Amino acid sequence: MKSIVVDAILENLPNVMEFVDLELQQVECSMKAQMQIDVAIEELFVNIANYAYGDGTGKATIEFFFDKDSREVKISFVDSGAKFNPLEKSDPDITLSAEEREVGGLGILMVKKTMDDLTYEYTDGNNKTTIYKKI
Amino acid sequence: MLNINETKANGNLTISLEGRLDTTTAPQLEDSLTGKLDDVKSLVFDLNKLEYISSAGLRVLLTIQKVMNKQGEMLVKNASEEILEIFEVTGFSDILTIS
Repeated sequence: MKSIVVDAILENLPNVMEFVDLELQQVECSMKAQMQIDVAIEELFVNIANYAYGDGTGKATIEFFFDKDSREVKISFVDSGAKFNPLEKSDPDITLSAEEREVGGLGILMVKKTMDDLTYEYTDGNNKTTIYKKI
Repeated sequence: MLNINETKANGNLTISLEGRLDTTTAPQLEDSLTGKLDDVKSLVFDLNKLEYISSAGLRVLLTIQKVMNKQGEMLVKNASEEILEIFEVTGFSDILTIS
Protein backbone atom coordinates (compact mmCIF):
# COMPACT_ATOMS: atom_id res chain seq x y z
CA MET A 1 0.00 0.00 0.00
CA LYS A 2 1.17 3.50 -0.81
CA SER A 3 -0.27 6.67 0.58
CA ILE A 4 0.05 10.45 0.67
CA VAL A 5 -1.24 12.99 3.15
CA VAL A 6 -2.16 16.44 1.86
CA ASP A 7 -3.98 19.52 3.07
CA ALA A 8 -7.57 19.08 1.94
CA ILE A 9 -7.66 22.08 -0.38
CA LEU A 10 -8.56 22.27 -4.09
CA GLU A 11 -5.06 23.42 -4.98
CA ASN A 12 -3.82 19.94 -4.06
CA LEU A 13 -6.04 18.17 -6.59
CA PRO A 14 -3.21 17.99 -9.19
CA ASN A 15 -0.92 16.42 -6.55
CA VAL A 16 -3.49 13.78 -5.69
CA MET A 17 -4.07 13.05 -9.39
CA GLU A 18 -0.34 12.75 -10.03
CA PHE A 19 0.12 10.37 -7.11
CA VAL A 20 -2.64 8.05 -8.34
CA ASP A 21 -1.74 8.32 -12.04
CA LEU A 22 1.91 7.40 -11.39
CA GLU A 23 0.76 4.29 -9.56
CA LEU A 24 -1.69 3.40 -12.34
CA GLN A 25 0.99 3.79 -15.01
CA GLN A 26 3.14 1.26 -13.21
CA VAL A 27 0.42 -1.35 -13.38
CA GLU A 28 -0.46 -0.76 -17.05
CA CYS A 29 -3.92 0.65 -16.65
CA SER A 30 -5.99 1.32 -19.80
CA MET A 31 -6.72 4.95 -20.77
CA LYS A 32 -10.41 4.38 -20.23
CA ALA A 33 -10.05 2.96 -16.72
CA GLN A 34 -7.51 5.63 -15.80
CA MET A 35 -9.89 8.38 -16.84
CA GLN A 36 -12.75 6.83 -14.88
CA ILE A 37 -10.53 6.49 -11.81
CA ASP A 38 -9.33 10.10 -12.24
CA VAL A 39 -12.93 11.31 -12.36
CA ALA A 40 -13.73 9.33 -9.21
CA ILE A 41 -10.76 10.64 -7.24
CA GLU A 42 -11.47 14.20 -8.35
CA GLU A 43 -15.07 13.96 -7.14
CA LEU A 44 -14.13 12.42 -3.80
CA PHE A 45 -11.20 14.72 -3.11
CA VAL A 46 -13.11 17.86 -4.11
CA ASN A 47 -15.94 16.83 -1.77
CA ILE A 48 -13.45 16.61 1.11
CA ALA A 49 -11.78 19.90 0.14
CA ASN A 50 -15.09 21.74 -0.12
CA TYR A 51 -17.07 20.32 2.76
CA ALA A 52 -15.15 18.24 5.29
CA TYR A 53 -13.58 21.00 7.33
CA GLY A 54 -16.01 23.89 6.82
CA ASP A 55 -14.11 27.15 6.73
CA GLY A 56 -11.08 25.58 8.41
CA THR A 57 -8.47 23.30 6.88
CA GLY A 58 -7.53 19.73 7.65
CA LYS A 59 -5.78 16.74 6.17
CA ALA A 60 -6.80 14.14 3.65
CA THR A 61 -5.02 10.80 3.33
CA ILE A 62 -5.16 8.92 0.05
CA GLU A 63 -4.22 5.23 0.09
CA PHE A 64 -3.53 3.19 -3.04
CA PHE A 65 -3.61 -0.61 -3.21
CA PHE A 66 -3.23 -2.87 -6.22
CA ASP A 67 -3.96 -6.58 -6.14
CA LYS A 68 -1.82 -8.20 -8.84
CA ASP A 69 -3.82 -11.40 -9.01
CA SER A 70 -7.26 -9.90 -9.43
CA ARG A 71 -5.89 -6.68 -11.03
CA GLU A 72 -8.11 -4.70 -8.73
CA VAL A 73 -7.26 -1.14 -7.76
CA LYS A 74 -8.50 0.04 -4.39
CA ILE A 75 -8.19 3.70 -3.41
CA SER A 76 -9.27 5.06 -0.02
CA PHE A 77 -9.85 8.66 1.05
CA VAL A 78 -9.63 9.36 4.76
CA ASP A 79 -10.46 12.63 6.51
CA SER A 80 -11.35 13.63 10.05
CA GLY A 81 -13.89 16.31 9.10
CA ALA A 82 -17.67 16.40 9.14
CA LYS A 83 -19.32 13.01 8.87
CA PHE A 84 -20.35 12.45 5.27
CA ASN A 85 -21.60 9.24 3.73
CA PRO A 86 -21.63 9.61 -0.07
CA LEU A 87 -23.77 6.48 -0.37
CA GLU A 88 -26.66 8.20 1.40
CA LYS A 89 -26.87 10.94 -1.17
CA SER A 90 -29.74 10.39 -3.61
CA ASP A 91 -28.88 10.28 -7.29
CA PRO A 92 -30.01 13.04 -9.62
CA ASP A 93 -32.66 12.09 -12.18
CA ILE A 94 -30.65 11.72 -15.37
CA THR A 95 -33.72 11.32 -17.57
CA LEU A 96 -34.76 14.96 -17.19
CA SER A 97 -34.31 17.53 -19.95
CA ALA A 98 -31.62 20.21 -19.82
CA GLU A 99 -34.10 22.75 -18.44
CA GLU A 100 -35.19 20.47 -15.62
CA ARG A 101 -31.76 19.20 -14.71
CA GLU A 102 -30.06 20.64 -11.69
CA VAL A 103 -26.52 21.87 -12.16
CA GLY A 104 -24.98 19.53 -9.63
CA GLY A 105 -25.17 16.17 -7.89
CA LEU A 106 -23.44 14.40 -10.75
CA GLY A 107 -20.14 13.67 -9.07
CA ILE A 108 -21.08 10.78 -6.83
CA LEU A 109 -23.33 9.36 -9.53
CA MET A 110 -20.33 9.18 -11.88
CA VAL A 111 -18.32 7.41 -9.19
CA LYS A 112 -21.09 4.86 -8.59
CA LYS A 113 -21.57 4.17 -12.29
CA THR A 114 -17.95 3.82 -13.33
CA MET A 115 -16.40 2.06 -10.32
CA ASP A 116 -17.04 -1.59 -9.48
CA ASP A 117 -17.79 -0.72 -5.88
CA LEU A 118 -17.90 2.22 -3.48
CA THR A 119 -17.82 1.75 0.29
CA TYR A 120 -17.97 4.07 3.26
CA GLU A 121 -17.10 3.65 6.92
CA TYR A 122 -16.94 6.05 9.85
CA THR A 123 -14.65 5.05 12.69
CA ASP A 124 -12.98 7.04 15.47
CA GLY A 125 -14.03 10.33 13.93
CA ASN A 126 -12.68 9.45 10.48
CA ASN A 127 -14.55 9.25 7.20
CA LYS A 128 -13.16 6.55 4.94
CA THR A 129 -14.50 6.26 1.43
CA THR A 130 -13.07 3.55 -0.82
CA ILE A 131 -13.43 2.92 -4.53
CA TYR A 132 -12.72 -0.42 -6.23
CA LYS A 133 -11.99 -0.92 -9.90
CA LYS A 134 -10.69 -3.90 -11.88
CA ILE A 135 -8.35 -2.71 -14.58
CA MET B 1 -4.40 22.70 -17.81
CA LEU B 2 -7.00 23.85 -20.36
CA ASN B 3 -6.56 25.75 -23.62
CA ILE B 4 -9.62 27.44 -25.07
CA ASN B 5 -9.64 28.50 -28.73
CA GLU B 6 -12.53 30.51 -30.11
CA THR B 7 -13.48 31.16 -33.72
CA LYS B 8 -16.43 33.44 -34.37
CA ALA B 9 -18.12 34.40 -37.64
CA ASN B 10 -21.66 35.66 -38.35
CA GLY B 11 -23.29 34.41 -35.17
CA ASN B 12 -21.45 31.09 -35.32
CA LEU B 13 -19.03 30.39 -32.51
CA THR B 14 -16.71 27.39 -32.39
CA ILE B 15 -14.88 26.64 -29.16
CA SER B 16 -12.07 24.11 -29.26
CA LEU B 17 -10.99 22.71 -25.92
CA GLU B 18 -7.59 21.18 -25.32
CA GLY B 19 -6.44 19.47 -22.13
CA ARG B 20 -8.51 18.87 -19.04
CA LEU B 21 -11.93 20.28 -18.12
CA ASP B 22 -12.03 19.70 -14.37
CA THR B 23 -12.70 21.42 -11.05
CA THR B 24 -9.68 23.68 -11.42
CA THR B 25 -10.20 24.62 -15.09
CA ALA B 26 -14.01 24.70 -15.46
CA PRO B 27 -14.27 28.26 -14.02
CA GLN B 28 -11.81 29.33 -16.74
CA LEU B 29 -14.23 28.18 -19.45
CA GLU B 30 -17.19 29.79 -17.71
CA ASP B 31 -15.33 33.10 -17.37
CA SER B 32 -14.12 33.08 -20.96
CA LEU B 33 -17.70 32.78 -22.25
CA THR B 34 -19.25 35.45 -20.07
CA GLY B 35 -20.88 38.04 -22.33
CA LYS B 36 -19.76 36.29 -25.51
CA LEU B 37 -22.86 34.22 -26.21
CA ASP B 38 -25.33 37.11 -26.52
CA ASP B 39 -25.55 37.16 -30.33
CA VAL B 40 -24.54 33.55 -30.94
CA LYS B 41 -27.07 31.45 -32.84
CA SER B 42 -24.89 28.40 -33.38
CA LEU B 43 -22.31 27.16 -30.91
CA VAL B 44 -19.99 24.24 -31.60
CA PHE B 45 -17.75 22.62 -29.01
CA ASP B 46 -14.87 20.80 -30.64
CA LEU B 47 -13.57 18.28 -28.08
CA ASN B 48 -10.97 16.68 -30.37
CA LYS B 49 -8.12 17.56 -28.02
CA LEU B 50 -10.02 17.32 -24.75
CA GLU B 51 -8.47 14.53 -22.71
CA TYR B 52 -10.59 14.57 -19.60
CA ILE B 53 -13.90 15.85 -18.22
CA SER B 54 -15.29 15.64 -14.68
CA SER B 55 -18.63 16.68 -13.21
CA ALA B 56 -17.37 20.26 -12.87
CA GLY B 57 -16.90 20.32 -16.65
CA LEU B 58 -20.31 18.76 -17.24
CA ARG B 59 -21.90 21.46 -15.10
CA VAL B 60 -20.47 24.18 -17.34
CA LEU B 61 -21.66 22.39 -20.50
CA LEU B 62 -25.14 22.05 -19.01
CA THR B 63 -25.25 25.73 -18.07
CA ILE B 64 -24.23 26.74 -21.61
CA GLN B 65 -26.68 24.27 -23.17
CA LYS B 66 -29.49 25.93 -21.18
CA VAL B 67 -28.45 29.34 -22.52
CA MET B 68 -28.26 28.07 -26.11
CA ASN B 69 -31.64 26.31 -25.90
CA LYS B 70 -33.20 29.77 -25.60
CA GLN B 71 -31.37 31.43 -28.47
CA GLY B 72 -30.11 28.87 -30.96
CA GLU B 73 -28.35 25.54 -31.10
CA MET B 74 -25.33 23.86 -29.62
CA LEU B 75 -23.35 20.96 -31.02
CA VAL B 76 -20.64 18.86 -29.39
CA LYS B 77 -18.27 17.12 -31.78
CA ASN B 78 -15.12 14.98 -31.89
CA ALA B 79 -15.39 13.72 -28.31
CA SER B 80 -13.19 10.71 -27.49
CA GLU B 81 -14.66 7.33 -26.65
CA GLU B 82 -13.83 7.89 -22.96
CA ILE B 83 -15.61 11.23 -22.85
CA LEU B 84 -18.60 9.84 -24.78
CA GLU B 85 -18.95 7.20 -22.08
CA ILE B 86 -19.00 9.89 -19.38
CA PHE B 87 -21.82 11.59 -21.35
CA GLU B 88 -23.59 8.25 -21.52
CA VAL B 89 -23.52 7.34 -17.81
CA THR B 90 -24.63 10.82 -16.73
CA GLY B 91 -27.49 11.07 -19.23
CA PHE B 92 -25.73 13.94 -20.99
CA SER B 93 -25.92 12.08 -24.29
CA ASP B 94 -29.68 12.84 -24.19
CA ILE B 95 -29.21 16.50 -23.27
CA LEU B 96 -26.39 17.41 -25.63
CA THR B 97 -26.46 17.18 -29.40
CA ILE B 98 -23.43 15.04 -30.17
CA SER B 99 -21.96 14.42 -33.60
